[in-house]
Amino acid sequence: MLKYRMLHGLWQVAKGLQRTVPEHPKVMAEPQLPGLLIMGIGGTHGVQESLAALLKKHFCLITMKELLENKKEMGKKIQSIFVSEFRPTIDRELLESLPNLKVIGNSGVGVDHLNLKMISNFGVKVTNTPHAVADSTADMGMALMLASARRLVEGSQIAVSPDTNYFAADWLGVEVTRATLGIIGMGRIGYKVAQRARAFEMRILYHNRNRRSKEEEQAVGACYCEMEDLLQKSDFVMLVVNLTPQTEKLIGKKELGLMKPTATLINISRGAVIDQDALVEALQNKTIKAAALDVTYPEPLPRNHPLLKLSNVIITPHIGTATVQATHMTAEEAIANMLSVLNCQPIPSEVFPQ
Amino acid sequence: MEGQELPCVLIDCIGGKHGVYEDHVEFLKERFCLITMKEYLENKNFLGKKIRAIYMWYHKPVINEELLQSLPNLKIVASSGAGIDHLDLNLLSSYGVKVSNTPFIVSTDTADLGMALMLASSRRLVEGHQMAISPDTEYFPANWLGAEVSGATLGIIGMGTIGYKVAERAKAFEMKILYHNRKQRNKEERAVGATYCKKIDDLLQQADFVMLAVNLTPQTHKMIGKRELQLMKPTAILINISRGLVVDQDALVEALQNKVIKAAALDVTYPEPLPRDHPLLKLKNVIITPHIGSATVKTRHLMKENMTESIQAGLAGLPIPNEVLL
Repeated sequence: MLKYRMLHGLWQVAKGLQRTVPEHPKVMAEPQLPGLLIMGIGGTHGVQESLAALLKKHFCLITMKELLENKKEMGKKIQSIFVSEFRPTIDRELLESLPNLKVIGNSGVGVDHLNLKMISNFGVKVTNTPHAVADSTADMGMALMLASARRLVEGSQIAVSPDTNYFAADWLGVEVTRATLGIIGMGRIGYKVAQRARAFEMRILYHNRNRRSKEEEQAVGACYCEMEDLLQKSDFVMLVVNLTPQTEKLIGKKELGLMKPTATLINISRGAVIDQDALVEALQNKTIKAAALDVTYPEPLPRNHPLLKLSNVIITPHIGTATVQATHMTAEEAIANMLSVLNCQPIPSEVFPQ
Repeated sequence: MEGQELPCVLIDCIGGKHGVYEDHVEFLKERFCLITMKEYLENKNFLGKKIRAIYMWYHKPVINEELLQSLPNLKIVASSGAGIDHLDLNLLSSYGVKVSNTPFIVSTDTADLGMALMLASSRRLVEGHQMAISPDTEYFPANWLGAEVSGATLGIIGMGTIGYKVAERAKAFEMKILYHNRKQRNKEERAVGATYCKKIDDLLQQADFVMLAVNLTPQTHKMIGKRELQLMKPTAILINISRGLVVDQDALVEALQNKVIKAAALDVTYPEPLPRDHPLLKLKNVIITPHIGSATVKTRHLMKENMTESIQAGLAGLPIPNEVLL
């Protein structure tokens, strides 16, 4: 696949350009890998062992624990930070203690958890991994749409419930094939969703900041729409935007009111793109039919949150990129990006403050 | 009375667990004089002669020799769904009764469910949902992973109408598609970029996902048993959207318990539902759905229309749409 070749190519470039960094000119130069701060290895929030092994090939790993135990010495060594599943948290205090920090390599494409302006003021670059996560996230969008339409979670509960003694004949879901899908946010991931949905003969509407080219639209049979139009016509509305000040609470009471009462809302972007209280109300009042959310705000939701109790809601624990394959590709893409910064090479996926 | 002009059609019952849907009845009553099994049994002699067709919904009413003997004017049985393994075709033929099913109308819904099960199983959707809503969940653990569907290898066993629609969908996920079928299908192969595996072993050894889309016949009965499961990769997932009996269920339980294969996603079992103490219900790596392959509002309406057409054609002596031939 093109994606693998491209990432492999990036890696080759990065490996070839690795330089040794002598600490003291008087002492014989020891080859030393650049210092990389990570949350930890293993455990509940650390980096997987196999990913740590991958990172060790290019970096000298320093965990948060090691940094905190010896801030002065370790702080100077750190030239890069690997942020995975939003950890470690990047705040002003951390940035001030890392005088030689050049780059923060984020796993995944969303960077709304990073204060880009503040980081930029410290002269630190930020990179993300848009290529590695696109397929798995698009797959998750399709999985949620199909599961919701066909009532898969409910059905599986009936199939295993101790109270079940027959399968009712009139227990029905709704069709996905030939239904109308409205994609809000037709970036890399949104486009891959469209490619998949097309094979289900879905009618595809989309809304995006910028309209895609005619060829791109035709390739997936997608029609550009104003938001209101899309909301009114779609059987499934899928959110695939990134979280910015412009997309925060993009879907609120008004937007939910425009949707069909038979429509399903699917969110694979960020919880904060939806006004969650408005969503609860819409689901309770049957303004829309159902929701399937891989993301909420916060994650996890408080255990008494109404969304957890609604039978027409599927929630998954932010697993859009949680596959063995995507995790490895993400680490490789992050490594290639960070090394390109440290080696003053063109940076494949730099993210700039808006 | 107008009702007496319409042909008499036997149904099991209206509403309840397995009956004809209440909201389908009006359509049917405009075209047929519906007679329920209860009504028939209360007045066998009179009604038996009038019944010319049976509208078989959810495999009911059950048709046996006794029933056929008491319906001398029965011309056609219209059965809902694609499967016909519940019908004794030889018996019906011997009474000169024609049979129809609804194989095409259910094909996209069933293919969609096959894709839904493959995605749900691979990405651990049901487990994930349970974690997301569990009262015990305080955080989402890092490194909780599933396996990718995009770019993986799908082996379709049974490339009929439904199997082909699965292949069309899988292609959009850039899956590598292998298939095993009674006959090679060259034109369809080229259209979806699928590779024919004459030997089922080749497919089983290479596939990350094995999807069963065959109909149930004596040849496909227990087609997937201990031997076939052992040929599969230990990381592979078995998906069944055909009939429970295509799989040797005991062998499947053993294979799942011993990690011979990774997981299974089953829309069909034998029987349905399974006994409540069945080991399949307790395995974490199994998703079971209650035979909902064609369970959508739209498709059920279309099934009703198809069956009606078949009955009307059968009674008029015209070629029968979706006729099942021996």
